[in-house]
Amino acid sequence: MAMLKVSDLNVYYGSIHAVKGVSFEVEEGEIVTLIGANGAGKSTTLNTVAGLLKARTGTIEFEGESLVGIPAHKMVSKGIALCPEGRRIFQDLTVRENLDMGAFTRSDDEAVEMRKVVYERFPRLKERRNQRAGTLSGGEQQMLAMGRALMSKPKLMMLDEPSMGLAPILVQEIFDIIKAFNEMGTTVLLVEQNASMALSVADRGYVLETGRVVKTGTGAELLVDDDVRKAYLGG
Amino acid sequence: MGFITNLINGISLGSVYAIIALGYTMVYGIAKMLNFAHGDVIMVGGYICFIAMFNLGLPPIVAVLLSIVGCTCLGIVVERLAYKPLREAPSLAVLITAIGVSYFLQNSALLIWGADPKAFRSVVDLPSIKLFGGQLTVSPISIVTVLACVVIMVGLTLFTSRTKMGKAMRACSEDKGAAQLMGINVNTTISMVFAIGSGLAAIAGVLLCSTYPTLMPTTGSLPGIKAFTAAVIGGIGSIPGAALGGILLGIIEIFAKAYIGTQLADAIVFAVLIVVLLIRPAGLLGKEIHEKV
Repeated sequence: MAMLKVSDLNVYYGSIHAVKGVSFEVEEGEIVTLIGANGAGKSTTLNTVAGLLKARTGTIEFEGESLVGIPAHKMVSKGIALCPEGRRIFQDLTVRENLDMGAFTRSDDEAVEMRKVVYERFPRLKERRNQRAGTLSGGEQQMLAMGRALMSKPKLMMLDEPSMGLAPILVQEIFDIIKAFNEMGTTVLLVEQNASMALSVADRGYVLETGRVVKTGTGAELLVDDDVRKAYLGG
Repeated sequence: MGFITNLINGISLGSVYAIIALGYTMVYGIAKMLNFAHGDVIMVGGYICFIAMFNLGLPPIVAVLLSIVGCTCLGIVVERLAYKPLREAPSLAVLITAIGVSYFLQNSALLIWGADPKAFRSVVDLPSIKLFGGQLTVSPISIVTVLACVVIMVGLTLFTSRTKMGKAMRACSEDKGAAQLMGINVNTTISMVFAIGSGLAAIAGVLLCSTYPTLMPTTGSLPGIKAFTAAVIGGIGSIPGAALGGILLGIIEIFAKAYIGTQLADAIVFAVLIVVLLIRPAGLLGKEIHEKV
């Protein structure tokens, strides 16, 4: 049974039909990516799974349990974390306070334990733990956002455009970290505009176009697919 | 000695404004709304304390506690019934609702307790302290008021910087969506901030009525507006800003009354607001303002 099973999802922004009957699955232990152009409905899909947006119709099941109608703040304790688009770290809080917020639903002992894991993975965050998060560089902020999502010990981590706006050398690092998270046992659902990077780390991918899934396959298959190459990989 | 007496009175009145302004600013910081009914919660707090002390004969400390509990509940209920349904509504709708709640509370008080002013007696029943051979008289309520303000200010600062719930409030204040993703229940957090703000309003109400012992249904409105001014001068959303703004405003008001004229005092207070906003639009300790009202 799939860990996350989304079937025939329809989401509207007011009168705009942003997600049109999207279905996909994520198996435990996988890295799955949703790729597609701006406005294809990738972020909308993630935000709906996370409970921030409401689905008009369709089902979302996580470990066999329906997630429809469950508010966003209850998703974390079910084992789902979303590292949102644009990072959305708490600028006025310190790095450490941001991480503590990531472990909001966890006990203090677990927070201490996870903080160790995060600091080990991101030594820069440890160095800057008492600094206001707003003073970090873009790359550091992305790492903080990922570290913060990791703090809740999620079974499924969803990442929305983690490489956006970062220098190429940092993009590579971000994808290495995603792989490392996955090797730690976290299942990953990744939304990316950087399709080549996303497909190269992903076990499987789904291509979204104007709210619909138009193609699916393994990461390797999609990387060499003619249509995908033309549309998203620059030929 | 007149100067020092005025200064003490100013700090004492300013401390009341500061306590009210802290409530205003916390609610604004998290719910991003101006709760114009906040001043009327002060009045309700005053009445609860008055009834508990003079009609029921309870000891002052019990009366104050009852007043805090009553206002806390009132704050939670008002938020649930009047503001929560408007969570997604434009801020103007919420603002008008808050003004409506303000009139509702005033007129309810008028119905229940009548228009006649009640003569409030201080909750601190101690003789005045005479210093410098009787040249300087300090009323104990002034000391209690200033102490209460300091304790509240320090308490709130520790609460928001040290506790998990306090940090969650700051997180909500910055980004409600991201806060939800952390597992923070935004509705509970907003309820809690209304509870805290209204509890503070009760304390302010009791202290205000103890210093200026006339209690009527409109007692809270002018101090409420002045405390709002104080919060804006200090930088709305900022806890130290509210305290600073409140105390500054109290001192300015008392000095204006003493040296310029009683009638002009309020005008001067609001003129200061205008000047401060012209020079520092975000207030003395505020950051740039993201939202207009």
